[in-house]
Amino acid sequence: MAYFSQQLINAITLGAVYGLIAIGYTMVYGIVGMINFAHGEIFMIGAFISLIGFIICGLLGIGSAPVAIVLVLLLAMAFTAIYGWAVERLAYRPLRHSFRLAPLISAIGMSISLQNYVQLTQGARPKPGGQIVSGGYNLFSADGFDVRVTWLQIIIVLVTIVLMGGFTWVIARTSLGRQQRACEQDIKMAALLGVNVDRTISLTFVVGAALAAVAGMLFLMYYGVIDFFIGFLAGIKAFTAAVLGGIGSLPGAMLGGLLIGLIEVFWAGYFSSEYKDVAVFGILVLVLIFRPSGLLGKPEIEKV
Amino acid sequence: MKASGLPALLKDAALTAFVAAALGLFIVGFRTVDVGSTKGLAFDYQFADLAVAVVAIFAGRLGLSFAAEGARWPALILGAVLGAIGAAPIELPSAFLHWFVGLAGLLVIGRTLWPWASRRVGQATQSPRGRMVGRAGTRWFSWILLAAAVVLPLTPFADQKTMDLGVLILTYVMLGWGLNIVVGLAGLLDLGYVAFYAVGAYSYALLSTQWGLGFWAVLPIAGAMAATFGLVLGFPVLRLRGDYLAIVTLGFGEIIRLVLVNWVDLTNGPAGIGGIPGPTFFGAVFAETAPAGHRTFAEMMGVPFAATQRLIFLYYIILVLALITNLFALRMRRLPVGRAWEALREDETACRALGINPTNTKLTAFAVGAMFAGFAGSFFAAKQRFVSPESFVFIESAIILSIVVLGGMGSQIGVVLAAVLLIGLPEWFRDLGTYRMLAFGLAMVLIMAFRPRGLIAHREPTVRLQAEPRGGGG
Amino acid sequence: MTATPSLIDVERLTMRFGGLLAVDDVSFSARPREITAIIGPNGAGKTTVFNCITGFYKPTVGRLTLRGDRDYLLERMLGHEIGQRARVARTFQNIRLFTGMTVLENLMVAQHNKLMLASGMSVFGVFGLKRYRTAEAAAIEMARGWLERIGLVADADRPAGELPYGAQRRLEIARAMCTEPLLLCLDEPAAGLNPRESAALNDLLISIRDRDGVGVLLIEHDMSVVMTISDHVVVLDYGRKIAEGPPADVRRDPAVIRAYLGTAEGEGEPSV
Repeated sequence: MAYFSQQLINAITLGAVYGLIAIGYTMVYGIVGMINFAHGEIFMIGAFISLIGFIICGLLGIGSAPVAIVLVLLLAMAFTAIYGWAVERLAYRPLRHSFRLAPLISAIGMSISLQNYVQLTQGARPKPGGQIVSGGYNLFSADGFDVRVTWLQIIIVLVTIVLMGGFTWVIARTSLGRQQRACEQDIKMAALLGVNVDRTISLTFVVGAALAAVAGMLFLMYYGVIDFFIGFLAGIKAFTAAVLGGIGSLPGAMLGGLLIGLIEVFWAGYFSSEYKDVAVFGILVLVLIFRPSGLLGKPEIEKV
Repeated sequence: MKASGLPALLKDAALTAFVAAALGLFIVGFRTVDVGSTKGLAFDYQFADLAVAVVAIFAGRLGLSFAAEGARWPALILGAVLGAIGAAPIELPSAFLHWFVGLAGLLVIGRTLWPWASRRVGQATQSPRGRMVGRAGTRWFSWILLAAAVVLPLTPFADQKTMDLGVLILTYVMLGWGLNIVVGLAGLLDLGYVAFYAVGAYSYALLSTQWGLGFWAVLPIAGAMAATFGLVLGFPVLRLRGDYLAIVTLGFGEIIRLVLVNWVDLTNGPAGIGGIPGPTFFGAVFAETAPAGHRTFAEMMGVPFAATQRLIFLYYIILVLALITNLFALRMRRLPVGRAWEALREDETACRALGINPTNTKLTAFAVGAMFAGFAGSFFAAKQRFVSPESFVFIESAIILSIVVLGGMGSQIGVVLAAVLLIGLPEWFRDLGTYRMLAFGLAMVLIMAFRPRGLIAHREPTVRLQAEPRGGGG
Repeated sequence: MTATPSLIDVERLTMRFGGLLAVDDVSFSARPREITAIIGPNGAGKTTVFNCITGFYKPTVGRLTLRGDRDYLLERMLGHEIGQRARVARTFQNIRLFTGMTVLENLMVAQHNKLMLASGMSVFGVFGLKRYRTAEAAAIEMARGWLERIGLVADADRPAGELPYGAQRRLEIARAMCTEPLLLCLDEPAAGLNPRESAALNDLLISIRDRDGVGVLLIEHDMSVVMTISDHVVVLDYGRKIAEGPPADVRRDPAVIRAYLGTAEGEGEPSV
C-alpha cells in the first residue's frame, strides 16, 4: 500500500510533465493536422535555457528559490517560445500547401538539426543541474516505509495545474482561443471570415513551445540532469500521451500524459525498469490500432 | 512584392538578425562547462561566435531579399563577400563559423542564380534536341555509373580508404533502394526501417556464432526473418493514416533496439556480438592463414595475400546485392502490385473503390522493403564482424530516409546520387564530419522547401501505349 | 413493373451520424441493363446511399443485396471486396484519379485483381513468364478499347492530372468500367461539363448500358441528363424516399415538385 502510494505520487509528477509537452502536439495537430516532430527538441531547448537561467541566477546572487524559479520560468518560456515561432516559420510555413509527407519530413529534419545544434554549442555530456528545491513532507508511514511527497513534486503539480487552468481559460474565453478553435474547425472558412490564419498558427506554436519550456524546467528540476538527447524520448512519450488522450483534445492531452506517467512508473516499479519504454510504445501501438481517435477524441468521418 | 526599397530590406534583415540573436543568446552565448564535480557548471562565454553568426545571418538575409527582389548584382556581391570570408584563412572564433559564413554565401549565390539557371535548364530540356540529350543522358548515365562502380576496385584508386567508403556508400544505396519501395513507391513513411536492418544483422550474427552457419546460407534466412518481422509488425499498423504510421514505425524501431539492449541472454546486450565470420568465396576465407579445414583465398587463387582482397570481395558482394535490389524494385514497379503501390500512394480511397485490398498491398511493400534491409543487415554484420545495438539507432533510419527523400522519392538513380552526396561527401571532407548531422537535418528542411520532389523528380511510366518517341518530333 | 430480376436491392437503409439522420428507411431496386437515377435536393442523402453501397460507410440499419454470380450482402463486406467480388464500381463527386500516373496506368490499376492472378501474385511476373505477358497485353488492349470510346487514345501516356476537366470525368468512368463491373455507380458525372461534353457523356452512359450490359446507378443534378437517359428515377428528400418510377411519372409527382420548389435556391428544378 505504501509502496503503491509512493509510486502514484511519482507517476502523477511525471504525468504532469508529459501532459505539458503533449499539449503542444495536440494543439498543432488540431490546427494544421501535422505532427510537430521537433516539439520534443523544443522541450529539450527549454530545459537547457532553464539550466542556463538557474546558473545565471546563481551568479547574480539570487538566493531565494521561489524568486529564481519564477524568473527562470519566465525567461525559459519567453526564449523557448521564439524557437517555436522560428521552427514554424522556417520549416512548416513554406510547406503548407506541399504534398502530404513534406511537413513531416521537414519536421524530422528540424528535429535532427536542433538536437545537433545543441550538441554542438553545449557539448554532448550530460549537464548536472544541481538541486534547487530540496526537502519534502512525510505523508504517512506504513510497512516500515515512508510515503513522501517532496516540495518539488508539489511545485511541479501546482505549476501544471495553474498553467492548465490558465490555458483552458485562454482557449475558451479569449479572442485568440476563438480564432484557434475556428482554424481547427475549418481553416479555409476561418481565413474567409477574416481570421489571420498565419498569426493564429504562429501563436499556437509559440504557446505550445512556452508550455514545453515549463515542462523542460520541471524536468530539469526533477531529474537534476539533462543532455541534448532528452527531447527524443520525452517527445515520443508525450506524443503517445496526446494520441492516447485523443489527438486534438486538450483535456485528452492532460489525461493521456497522466496515464503515460502511471504506466511508465508502475511498469518500472512492479515489472522491470528496462522495458518501461517498450511498455509505453506498446500502448501507443495498441491505442492506434484499437481506438485511433483516443480516449477523448472524436472519431473522424471519412469524406469521399 | 516589387522594389520594397532598401530601408525595408534592411529593416527586414535587422529583424531576422534580432530573432537569430535572441535564439542564440542563451544556447550559443553561454556554453556550460564542467568545473569539477563539486562546483557544478560554469560558463564559457561565446558571444564573439554569436556576434559573427548574427552578422552573417543579417548579410545572408539581406542577400536573399535582394535575390527575391531581382536585384542580382548586390545579391551576388554579398554572397561572394560571405563566401570569401568563409574561405579566407582569417581568424574567426571557431572553425564552424568558417563553414557557416561560407555556406551562407553559397546559399545567397545559389538563390540568386536559381531562377536564371532553372529557366535555362527548362528551355534546354524543352527543345527537341534537349529532350533527346536528356533522355539519352539519363539512359547512359546509369550505365556509366555502373561501369565505374564495377571497375573501381581494379583501378589504382582502390586503396583501403576508397574501398571502405565504396562499401559504405553501396550499403546505403542498397538500403535506400529498399526503403524506396516502401516510401517512394507505396508512400508509406517508415521511420523504423533500421529495425529490419538490425533483424538481418543479428540473424547472421547469432546463426553464425551459435550454429556455425555460413554467410551464404544465412543470407536468405536473414531476408526471410526481416520480411516476417515486416509482416508481423505491418499487419496491425498499416491501416493507420500516414503520419500515425510514421510514429508507430518509429516506436517499433525503438522497441526492437530496446529488446536488443535488454535481452542480454540472447544478444549479449549493449556489449554486442563479436567474432562473426566474414563471407567466404567458394569456401575460401579471406585471412592470412586459414582455420583447419579451410583454405585462404590467396592459396586458392595462387596469388600473394593482400589485406585489400577482403575489402574488394566485400565491395563486389554489396554491389551485386544492391543491383539485385534495384532490378527487383524496377521489375516490381512494372507489375500489377507495383502499380497498385503507386496508386495507393496517390489515392487510397480510389484504390479501395477499384477493388484493391489496401492492407495486403501495403503489406507486400513493407515486407519486400524489410527483406532487403535484412539482406543488407547480414552483410553489415559480416563486414563489421561485430554487431551491437548502437548501430541501429533512430538516426540511421533518418539517414536512409533522407537519402530517399533527397534523391527524389521513387527515383532509383536519385538514391545513388543522394547516397554519394550524403554519405560520401562528409567522409571525404572530414572536418565537416562533426557537423554532418546538423547539415543533414538542415538539408532535409531545405529540400522540402525548395525541391520537395527531390533531385530527380522525373517519373517514367511503367507501361506505354505508344512507343517511346525517339529524338525529335515528340 | 416488369418481372426482370433486380441487380441490387436496397432495403430499409438507414444511416445515422451521431444525431444526424442522413438516410432514413430508404428502399429501392435497380435492374441490370438499366440506368437508375437517384435525384434530390442538396443534402438529401444521395451520396450517403452511394457510400453505403460501395462500403465506405457501414449502414446503421438495412440490407443491401447485390445479385451477381451469387447474392452478396454488401453491408457485411469490406470496402475493397465490394469492388473485387460483388463487382460494384464507382466514381467520385470530386474526381479521384491517380493524377501522377499516366492515363493508361490508371486503366491498368483498375485491372489489378485480374492481373495479380495472372502474375501468380507477382511470382510469375518477376521472372517475366509468358502467361503474365499475355495477360498484360490483353489488359492493355482492353484499356485501349476504352480510350478509343472516350477519345483519349492520343493522351494515353500523359499524366492523368494534366487532362482537362471533362476528359478526367470520362477517364474516371472508363477506369471504373475497366474493373468489369456489374453495377456502375456514378456520383454526379455531368457536374461541371459543358453542353457538348454532357451530350457525349449521355451517349457514353447509354452505350455502357446497351453495349456492355452494365446496370448504372446515377446521382445527378442535371435534369436534362436524368430525364433523357434514365429508365428509372428514385427521389430522395431529407434522407427519405419521396417518389420512385419512370422519369415521366416522377416529373409530374406533386411531392417531388414540392420538394424542389421548397428549396430556397430552386437549384435543379425538374424542368426539361
